[in-house]
Amino acid sequence: MKAPLSWLKEYVDIDCSAEELQAKLFSCGFEVEELVHFGANIDKIVTCKIEKIEKHPNADKLSVTQVNAGKYGILQIITAATNIFEGAVVPVALDGSTLFNGEHIYNGELRGLPSFGMFCSGEELGINDDFYKGASVNGILILSDDLPLGEEVKELLNIDDFIFDINVTANRPDCQSILGIAREVAAVLDKPLKMPALDYKVANDISTKDMIKVTNKAFDLCPRYMAHYVSDIQTGESPDWMKKRLFSMGLRSISNIVDITNYVLLEIGQPMHAFDMNELEGNEINIRRADNGEKIVTLDEKEFSLTNDNLVICDAYKPVALAGVMGGLNSGIKEDTKAVVFESARFVRDNIRKTSRMLGQRSDSSARYEKGVDYFSVETGLKRALHLIDELGCGKIACDGYDLMDKPIEQKVIKTTVGKVNAVLGIDVPENEMKNILERLHFDVKMDNGNLTLNVPLYREDMESYPDIAEEIIREYGYDYIKPTLLKTSAITNGGLNDAQSKLESLKNLLIGYNFFETITYSFVPEKDFADFNIETGENGDKIVRIINPLSEDMAVMRRSLVPSMVKAVAFNLNRKNYNGRLFELAKIYTVNPDKSVELPIETAKLCFAMFGENESFFTAKGVVEGILNTYCAGKDVKYVKPEVAYLHPTRSANVFVDGVLIGSFGQLRPDLADKYNVDKPVYICELDYASLVSVFTDKIMFKTISKFPAIERDLAITVDVKVSCAEIFDAINEVGGEFLQTIKLFDVYQGDQVEKGKKSMAFNIVFQSTERTLNVSEIDDTIKLILNNLRNKVNAELR
Amino acid sequence: MQVQFNEIRTKVNADLEIVSSMKEIGDLKAKYLGKSGEITSLMRCMKDLAPDQRASYGKFVNELKEEVSLIIAKKEEQVKQAETLAKYEREAVDITLPGEEASVGSLHPLNIVKNKILDAFCGMGFEVFEGPEIDSDYYCFQALNIPKDHPARDMQDTLYISDNVLLRPHTSPGQVRTMEKKQPPIKILSPGRVYRADDDASHSPMFHQIEGLVVDKGVSLCDLKGLLDEFVKIMFDSDTKTRFRPSYFPFTEPSVEVDVTCCKCHGKGCSLCKGTGWIEILGAGIVNKNVLEMSGIDSNVYSGLAFGLGIERITMIKYGIPDIRTLFESNVKFLKQFNRR
Repeated sequence: MKAPLSWLKEYVDIDCSAEELQAKLFSCGFEVEELVHFGANIDKIVTCKIEKIEKHPNADKLSVTQVNAGKYGILQIITAATNIFEGAVVPVALDGSTLFNGEHIYNGELRGLPSFGMFCSGEELGINDDFYKGASVNGILILSDDLPLGEEVKELLNIDDFIFDINVTANRPDCQSILGIAREVAAVLDKPLKMPALDYKVANDISTKDMIKVTNKAFDLCPRYMAHYVSDIQTGESPDWMKKRLFSMGLRSISNIVDITNYVLLEIGQPMHAFDMNELEGNEINIRRADNGEKIVTLDEKEFSLTNDNLVICDAYKPVALAGVMGGLNSGIKEDTKAVVFESARFVRDNIRKTSRMLGQRSDSSARYEKGVDYFSVETGLKRALHLIDELGCGKIACDGYDLMDKPIEQKVIKTTVGKVNAVLGIDVPENEMKNILERLHFDVKMDNGNLTLNVPLYREDMESYPDIAEEIIREYGYDYIKPTLLKTSAITNGGLNDAQSKLESLKNLLIGYNFFETITYSFVPEKDFADFNIETGENGDKIVRIINPLSEDMAVMRRSLVPSMVKAVAFNLNRKNYNGRLFELAKIYTVNPDKSVELPIETAKLCFAMFGENESFFTAKGVVEGILNTYCAGKDVKYVKPEVAYLHPTRSANVFVDGVLIGSFGQLRPDLADKYNVDKPVYICELDYASLVSVFTDKIMFKTISKFPAIERDLAITVDVKVSCAEIFDAINEVGGEFLQTIKLFDVYQGDQVEKGKKSMAFNIVFQSTERTLNVSEIDDTIKLILNNLRNKVNAELR
Repeated sequence: MQVQFNEIRTKVNADLEIVSSMKEIGDLKAKYLGKSGEITSLMRCMKDLAPDQRASYGKFVNELKEEVSLIIAKKEEQVKQAETLAKYEREAVDITLPGEEASVGSLHPLNIVKNKILDAFCGMGFEVFEGPEIDSDYYCFQALNIPKDHPARDMQDTLYISDNVLLRPHTSPGQVRTMEKKQPPIKILSPGRVYRADDDASHSPMFHQIEGLVVDKGVSLCDLKGLLDEFVKIMFDSDTKTRFRPSYFPFTEPSVEVDVTCCKCHGKGCSLCKGTGWIEILGAGIVNKNVLEMSGIDSNVYSGLAFGLGIERITMIKYGIPDIRTLFESNVKFLKQFNRR
């Protein structure tokens, strides 16, 4: 909301600087987002009378002028201007002066003759016709010839104002006007508010009700509608003061009647509309919902097809305005308009917003209605408009009018106590201070032994109960009075992360220890990711959680795997020559709930990690998986099984089972998919289902006796077919290893000249130990024989 | 006899002059003190002496033996030391060569900051509750006193899955879900991802918030001030101050915007705080009575305070990150900057 200081001063005696007022407004909840000092730059631009104009001897298009600059004497100024004449009073920018836009002007020389200044246009002073007649002319601004010479134009013309751009919060639509802001200014400065005049003379022989019939058929969308007839309209120019006000708010003057409606919108915050009586067929105004398919052409010549959700103002036959948004094409004020009906109404803000959005049609009026117009300002606005008609003498005002309301206006009363208000704040604001603040805010206060009975001002529709009152008190009293306490009346609670949350953090820390960096990527992805990565989406994609109003195709659906985002993250890094890295993300994936009666999708946490760079391989990735499982699933049965995961390399990937539960997959990213994403180095990727992983966590650690007896170690080197897996050999050893078998370690794998083609050599270190006795060498030799036999039978192994 | 003894003494000393290794020391020990060493041999001569001389002879030989042992041991110590030093010399490394990499990763800066915030409040008795990211209109709006026609519900701001289901635009539903399950005293934090239809250098369509809620008897604006004062001191510097100013949120009344003294200039005014000395970091207030009542908490008995923090904003202020999008690019060069503890 913009508010010029000069205008605010009409309602409040502001005796502080603009900056001080800015700070005061800030303290009571009205942040000034921008304070513009209009005309601040203008300096040393003075009034001069042109005494003589001669042609420049060396240039056809230039003139040499002598001007009387008052106390600055007679100056020679060279100009290209053509609209000047001898005797004209004009603004002259002297040596070292500054224009509105901050540009500096200095003495100079034009075609061999010195020039001691520059004539200024209205634009160079930042003004137009509405501010000063003639200021919009293409040329030099010709000023009134009765102005004193050699004086600062900025002061003579009052081109000096402060414009406050105030952030008004959504609960205060009553402050979307100059008057509303002025009320707050008066309260915070503790000054009286001078209300704008609302009185007017009426013509007793003219009655609105004789001239027109107004019917409200949609109170649900239009809770209050006032209409007042004005005859003998004399359209014409608005007075200078009004034009200047409109100018200060960035509006152009159009004609007195239109200007009055705009002025009231700015001043009171009430949108007004003036219907030309000639255009209202059948002398009727009907407020109703539009018929489906009904058409209207608005003032800006756009045609709209309406629905039953749109509210229209109609005459006896057709819509003449899109309620609260814009008037119809011919209903506006024309030069020959003889009589008008002023409309002042409250429309439901939600409906105006919907209509405005649906049709893509906005106006100052709709913007105002969207914020909310209260019952009270409907009347204030209309009265103010009629007062201005009267003041400007541009019409005869009917002695009566329509005021159609869904219910009579009720005085809102809040009953509470000083104690309740202070309890919210946590401090003791003195009773008299409370009373004083509330009265400054125009509450009618009755205070009786700590009991408060408050009549709420009608425009304060945001006031409901004592917390609202507490806020009113503290924003005026001052937040500095709030002293820190630490929940002094509250029970002690035991805070902190629960077990599951702590485990998750510790898992992240484990990965960090393995040189991983955590990343965070968007939860929404392009739908084509699913096809690229062969991610299951259900029949016709019915498992996909879709956003109905996505920002773009790339953020259209909720992801069903973290892998595509991770692959893109890797590609991003490789493109930037970050050739090595380990990344992980712990985040959710989303799927439509198969139970159709549950609206909310299922959110499932996944842990995804990627490793890329010259030192990474399938086995560094597996090492990380093993590291996680050794840490959290110690003692569990872990199996790596060839997976069917489409985005992984078919022979370099594995599904991980812990105690028979599939917890996820890992392996090299499938090369052709990598190519597609411009990943030209092998990438190893893993996605684990977090809940499944947690389900196989080892719950408690139990101490195991450390044997006091010596261990017996045996190294076995065997040759087997290259197809034989390490797991098969482990299984064969475990099967017959006996109760003393402690560990089996693979320490060498060899393929080459020293072994038969198609075979490989593998060497294992096997440790036996008992916690009860020293083992006999012979019994271990027997076990080794059993192991070798079993290896021969199961995997056709030969001892090397 | 004494002459013989002295000869041995001289010989030992001469021999010791030239030994330089532990092996030579060993040889020397054998030569004099070993089984057939010279001094040991002297002992054997005892039987040839008259019995009355034996005692004094034995004493002298023993003294000689002790004396020689001692000087050899002394030399042994010196040689050992010299050998150790020589060994160290041989083992010398260029300590300025680079070490073998023992690198460690790091949490995402947003989670570093999140954890710091959680730590600060957990120490004050808060628990952590995470609700769903996709939630219903009821939890995201209605139960938070955001009526149907409120501008915050506009399609432009919120991403919808259906008319009634949306990507939560704030972590405030966590308040409601907690109050429905739990009776006071309640002290919770609800962190997580949130979503809005906004995408530029200072807005990301996905970002992170932490909602804080306290519900108990007699909770006031002063308590809010106290909690947040503590928090900002832990989060920023111990001299950080807070400032409340009036604001509006549908789910709190009174509502405040909370500023902290600029962490860069400490309130003097700089580019970060746009010369004001203050930075806006969060919104807060006293929980609206309607919100308590809708969640089944008697507002005549209990009151609450709530606050909502944007983790991105605090992270960007703390680390001086100018563009929010950097946080979601996964650039290793970016992520590596935060692994100092």
